[in-house]
Amino acid sequence: MKFAYYPGCSLRGTGRAYEESLLAVFRALDIELEELDDWNCCGATTYMSVDELTSYALAGRNLALAERKRQDIVAPCAACYLVLNKTQHYMEDYPEIKLTVTRALAAIGLTYDNHVRVRHPLDILLNDVGLKAIAAKVKRPLKGLKVAPYYGCQIVRPYSTFDDQRNPTSMDRLLEACGAKMVHYSLKTRCCGGSQKGTLPEIGLDLIHYLLSEAHKYGAEAIATVCPLCQFNLESFQKESGDRHHPISIPVVYFSQLLALALGAPANKIGLQRSLVPIGSVLAEKEIAYA
Amino acid sequence: MRDLHGWPDPGPIRIGVYVCHCGANIAGTVDVRAISEYAASLPGVAVSRDYKYMCSDPGQALIKDDIASHDLNRVVVASCSPLLHELTFRRALNAAGINPFFLQMVNIREHVSWVHLDKRAATEKTQALIRAAVRRVSLHKPLQKRRVPINPNVLVVGGGIAGIHAALTLADAGKQVHLVEREPTIGGHMAMFDKTFPTLDCAACILTPKMTAVGSHPNIALRTYSEVVQVDGYIGNYKVKIKRKPRYIIDELCLGCQECIAACVYKEGKAPDEFNLGLSKRKPVYLPFPQAVPQKVVIDPETCIEFKSGKCKKTCIEACGERKAIDFKQKETFEEIEVGAIILATGFKTFAPVRNPNCGYGRYQNVYTSLEVERLINASGPTSGEVVLRDGKRPHSVGIIHCVGSRDANTNRWCSKVCCMYSLKLAHLVKERTGAEVFNFYIDMRTPGKGYEEFYDRLLDEGVHFVRGRVAEVSDWAVHPSEEGKLVIRAEDTLAGFVRRIPVDMVILSVGLEPQADAQDVRRLFNISCSSEGWFLERHPKLAPVSTFTEGVFIAGACQGPKDIPESVAQAGAAAAEALALIDAQFVEMEPYTASVLEEECSGCKSCIPLCPYQAIAFLEDKKKASVNEVLCKGCGTCVAGCPSGSIQQNFFEDEEIFAEIEGVLSYA
Repeated sequence: MKFAYYPGCSLRGTGRAYEESLLAVFRALDIELEELDDWNCCGATTYMSVDELTSYALAGRNLALAERKRQDIVAPCAACYLVLNKTQHYMEDYPEIKLTVTRALAAIGLTYDNHVRVRHPLDILLNDVGLKAIAAKVKRPLKGLKVAPYYGCQIVRPYSTFDDQRNPTSMDRLLEACGAKMVHYSLKTRCCGGSQKGTLPEIGLDLIHYLLSEAHKYGAEAIATVCPLCQFNLESFQKESGDRHHPISIPVVYFSQLLALALGAPANKIGLQRSLVPIGSVLAEKEIAYA
Repeated sequence: MRDLHGWPDPGPIRIGVYVCHCGANIAGTVDVRAISEYAASLPGVAVSRDYKYMCSDPGQALIKDDIASHDLNRVVVASCSPLLHELTFRRALNAAGINPFFLQMVNIREHVSWVHLDKRAATEKTQALIRAAVRRVSLHKPLQKRRVPINPNVLVVGGGIAGIHAALTLADAGKQVHLVEREPTIGGHMAMFDKTFPTLDCAACILTPKMTAVGSHPNIALRTYSEVVQVDGYIGNYKVKIKRKPRYIIDELCLGCQECIAACVYKEGKAPDEFNLGLSKRKPVYLPFPQAVPQKVVIDPETCIEFKSGKCKKTCIEACGERKAIDFKQKETFEEIEVGAIILATGFKTFAPVRNPNCGYGRYQNVYTSLEVERLINASGPTSGEVVLRDGKRPHSVGIIHCVGSRDANTNRWCSKVCCMYSLKLAHLVKERTGAEVFNFYIDMRTPGKGYEEFYDRLLDEGVHFVRGRVAEVSDWAVHPSEEGKLVIRAEDTLAGFVRRIPVDMVILSVGLEPQADAQDVRRLFNISCSSEGWFLERHPKLAPVSTFTEGVFIAGACQGPKDIPESVAQAGAAAAEALALIDAQFVEMEPYTASVLEEECSGCKSCIPLCPYQAIAFLEDKKKASVNEVLCKGCGTCVAGCPSGSIQQNFFEDEEIFAEIEGVLSYA
């Protein structure tokens, strides 16, 4: 298996831990990644709301680069994953968008024919690698670590290519295969607040609090996420949302960090040392070695 | 001189051409006078006229008189679609003493006047079509309709209310009916209900007398736990193979005393009870429900110890005693019957709400389907009619979500038609039994029907709550302490204009109706069509609602589309009447458009045999030639087109006739 790896800005910034852990997982499972040469902004962030066409053209360039290499793209960041998928759909559905993007690409000597599949790591791990193969490589079972699986919105809506829109279970199954225990979590795909924390902080903090308190209520020892923005919101504002409601402290990690840990990677190589709410004491309590 | 069929030798070709105005329908766009004059100039045409309504009695009289006075032997009528009046004009020809197949119709209404605006171009196109018809009709050969006798027995497939009603109607009319049902009992979905809307009469009280009547009717051969596996033949003469699944009980010996059930080594139920949708358990030997017809128990080999290990004490056999009705060695058996007509009443299945995860079915234990709640309310159900939650407690508040799996672009687009009304019924019954507050979440209330809207009014008066809004989700996420431990239904109240969160103890999903899972297999078995949704397709949605495109096969009830009980019964009656009309004619006239093999040219390659959708082509081993069975042939023409050596031809569609038509269209005069 070989894919074009598209990190996007988050995985080189606040989401470094996601990249470090994901690469460790893929390495352990012999999935080859080749970073997309000269990739650019995916077109998410504010582009989409300010100038959609520019956003499609930006995404189109990344897709065209992958197509030239005849590789499918792995896009771990939920926002990148959505924009790349959306651009493909819109280019198919709206001829005028396709025309504009095609012209923009032609200006820099590129073409795009919609031959690239945009894949999410959850999809690849579950459907290409498979639970059995992963379970067979688990070196450090997670010993019933209680995890709330939090998917956020972007990887399942509106293009639910590999999981259910409202009740996704791919991450649940992967982490269960590593020995974790998923707690009941009915807010799996509810809003994390997105960038509301910056614009309407009260609303953002309320939404964050709902997610944290529901995980806490069902005894979760950690929340697993798949999106850099979700992870950032849920981890960074625990104190502020706690001040507004009641204090809750719970580690928020990327699913890939738990997977990498189970597959034997040392904690400080998979970004766990960067956590604002460290998971170490929880792991120690379960006697899961993490060095 | 007379030909083989007894028709007079037509002699030299003399054609009459008749151009219909159809009021202004045709005359408004086509210059009918010019066409009539043009036709008169064509070779072979002896007389040509235009008239306001050719299909009227005077119009037909015009043709008949001309046949006599002008000695016509071919007729071309340019009017509407042959589907509408070909038969009318054929009768006119027949009455005037010439072979009815010496007629050719030209459709200048649907194909010309209704689809064109330019009068000149429309008139030119009509000229071309007339040329084609005139050339073609001179090559027509005299043909004879075939008469085939009809077997008076009828097969009814499906023992729900539709099948039961159709079977009884036919049996009461003195016909021999074979009723086949795949479950161990007849009754269908209706037997699972407690009350029926809008009158709230007890479903069992009105259904079970009909079930018993089926069981004891001298004219009905009831086969339960059986399935149709093969259908051969054609209208009036179907051969049907039926598989009878082993019940492990000898029907003739079982009295239905149920002592074997009491005596079973399992003191409690073991397997999910299908009739109660898994809400209770049944023993390996069981009767589906108390009023089951026939009153014969069934043994389920999946759970019976004797089948698993062969080491059971077999207390059931002991209990059965001298009657010796239990037979663990029973095998499935096959039987072949012959019938003249078939009525399919195979019903529907309910939408599986796991496909709509917003509603929480399967995730939250107190989310039920409407059918499950029917069983809870039913006195013979798993809770003896008590509406209780899984923990045995009575709900204080209940939410009923409409349109689950209906009117939804993600699942099924159609309206399931019955859910608004059954939701009202369930709301009434749940409130009556529990005193709970009941909330209905609906998109639109659809209550057309006799007494239906009044029933809705009654519910409004009873204090049942109605929220107009499609439900966004059911969740156990409590935002407010009052929501703790409840299921919260979130929906936009589109009348009030805000989002509501309503906490309830119990959620009922009003699941929609879907085609049976094996509807496509059944469709193929009986050679009928399905609509794109998978419902059995009627011949015409308005004028032939119980007929299919396969003659002699009728449909009734919800297999054709969502229907409530009164509609299903009405349709079953209609299907029975159509079957009766067919049978009582004693024979059926078939179009003579059959194919035949030119033996001297057939190479015996057999490529036509698998092409025939009606299994009408056999291979004559002695001659090494294909041969078409005229009685089975429907005249579809597939083999004619498929024959690599062009050695199959078809009456009324012979090569020279088709070529003449093409040349006529293409030859500009």
